[in-house]
Amino acid sequence: MAEITAPEDRRRLVTLLSPAYLWLTLAVFLPLSAMLFFSFLTDLPQDAPDWGFTLENYLSFGESEVYATLLWKSLKLGVTVTFFCILIGYPCALVLARTIKGRARETLFLLVILPFWSNSLVRIFSWAIVLRGNGVLERGLEAVLPWDIRLNLMFTTHAVVIGLVHSYLPYVILTSYLALQAIDDDIVDAARSMGASTLTILRRLLLPLSLPGLLAGAVLVFVPVVGSFMEPRILGGRHGTYYGTVIEDQFVAVYNWPLGAALSFVLLAVVLLILGLSTPILRRART
Amino acid sequence: MKTLLLTSAVALAASGAVADEIRVLNWQGYGTDLDWAVDAFAEATGHTVVHEYFNSEQEMLTKLRTNPGAYDVVMINAAFTPQAISEELISPIDTATLENFAGIPASFAEDPKLNADGQTYGVPWTWGLTSFAINTEAWDDTPTSILALWDEAHAGRVSIRDDAVEAMQLGALATGQDINDIRDLDAAAAKIAELLPNLRTFWSSENDWNQFMAAGELDAATYWSGSASRSAALGLPVQFVIPEEGAVGWLDGLSIPATSEHKDAALQFIDHMIDPDFYVKWDAEGAPASANAEAADALPDDAFNKAVLGDPEVAARVHFQAPIDDETREKYLEVWQGLKASQ
Repeated sequence: MAEITAPEDRRRLVTLLSPAYLWLTLAVFLPLSAMLFFSFLTDLPQDAPDWGFTLENYLSFGESEVYATLLWKSLKLGVTVTFFCILIGYPCALVLARTIKGRARETLFLLVILPFWSNSLVRIFSWAIVLRGNGVLERGLEAVLPWDIRLNLMFTTHAVVIGLVHSYLPYVILTSYLALQAIDDDIVDAARSMGASTLTILRRLLLPLSLPGLLAGAVLVFVPVVGSFMEPRILGGRHGTYYGTVIEDQFVAVYNWPLGAALSFVLLAVVLLILGLSTPILRRART
Repeated sequence: MKTLLLTSAVALAASGAVADEIRVLNWQGYGTDLDWAVDAFAEATGHTVVHEYFNSEQEMLTKLRTNPGAYDVVMINAAFTPQAISEELISPIDTATLENFAGIPASFAEDPKLNADGQTYGVPWTWGLTSFAINTEAWDDTPTSILALWDEAHAGRVSIRDDAVEAMQLGALATGQDINDIRDLDAAAAKIAELLPNLRTFWSSENDWNQFMAAGELDAATYWSGSASRSAALGLPVQFVIPEEGAVGWLDGLSIPATSEHKDAALQFIDHMIDPDFYVKWDAEGAPASANAEAADALPDDAFNKAVLGDPEVAARVHFQAPIDDETREKYLEVWQGLKASQ
């Protein structure tokens, strides 16, 4: 930035960047500040004329064990889902970027992002049809296997994980694919000519070089999963109470926006804290 | 050309004055949105009806608060009407203009929940029970006790609604307490904690409930009497049970939001909804009990809403739900969330 000194350059920079910043202000900063404001209120101004400021909403997080238990449960869910997304997504991206060439790659790539074209609610309800007792999955397996199948997957934590992994898998594939594709073929060839095995190439070259993409994908999965509420509610049954569903209850069911906003900001703080703490560790791992 | 335009403009203005579009806020599939009823209303008055739906009473109140002027008729459970009155969300109704109001007995019409300062804010429309219904194929004998939900033989095949108040009242009934004054909330909560491992899932809407039953996922689930008769009318093997411990009674009323801009049309619609002719047709498709005694009398003698709910012995087991203050509601929610979180 220091190089840009000419006034016309600066003017051009402002003109080019202002739509983006205006959009950020309108779509992100203002709603978020409104929620932050709500989280310190006793009542919403439009409902109660005697509203005031309070810290009560944040304190209630500590007062009741429920919220902390559920936040922990949601964080574990986030880690599990991220783990499975990486486990499935990274090899997919690897094959897509390094092995398959030409037309087939484009087709497969399209298939990977195809789920994104449908509404997430539709995808989750499709999973409900597949997983439920006597559903598509059980019937399919029964048709193939001779014995009686009772999977009982619906309304369990497994069902929630399956639904979420499917929903967020494309993020990991996309970001890993982009990072893997950018690696110069010559580097791999050089390593191979010096006698490195495929495993060594993967471990010492591809993985470290694509780590930024993989991590970006992991963050893109982890953050929304921790706050997810729709998937657990539909697929989780009585096990489907998570931190996200409690926040949703505060907004939709009991109309306690201040508490809901405060709980959201606690979540935001915890997620930022986790990301902040993990950055130096990951940076050290890369060098 | 000019005269043609002018006359069409005049015609438009005239029809606009007569025919309004009223917006009704209700549960989906709950009487007001029946196609034939809306068509009959349009034919009789010229007013068209548009519906919007809510999934919980709190959502309904939220919608009234945040969308002033958007609704002309709202269906409110009488236990929530006092809150709507105190927040000035609904306006008083001149019941003298309702032709069919005379058929509503004083016990409903003068219900203190629907009236304030000598003015009526809600027209009693329907009433019914919150209890449970069984899949008749899964039970040899119809259970007589609410403890059937706790029956281990049906573990994993039971459901209740994800609702703090309903859950606590269920616990109160199962522990023999007054649903409107739960003295020992811990005992009720402990009883519900015992029930939770038995649950398949929570249900949230009537449609939800029907799908679970149709898929054979459930043997028994808490339910509303009107919904049960509707599900049975759909051909599901469902029987509504009013156990010896009793059942929670509720009363639903129709109100007019304070910000409504079509109050006359709204009044006409409410009058249409408490008309015995409408109710008899609705009951054939599955309806809750009507608050209009004349409508209930007009039913065939074997109708559930006349034969069972009209039975004085059953009526004695009904505990009508009183309004719940915010503090109690929040307490229930806290207990309920704690129970769910420990799953």
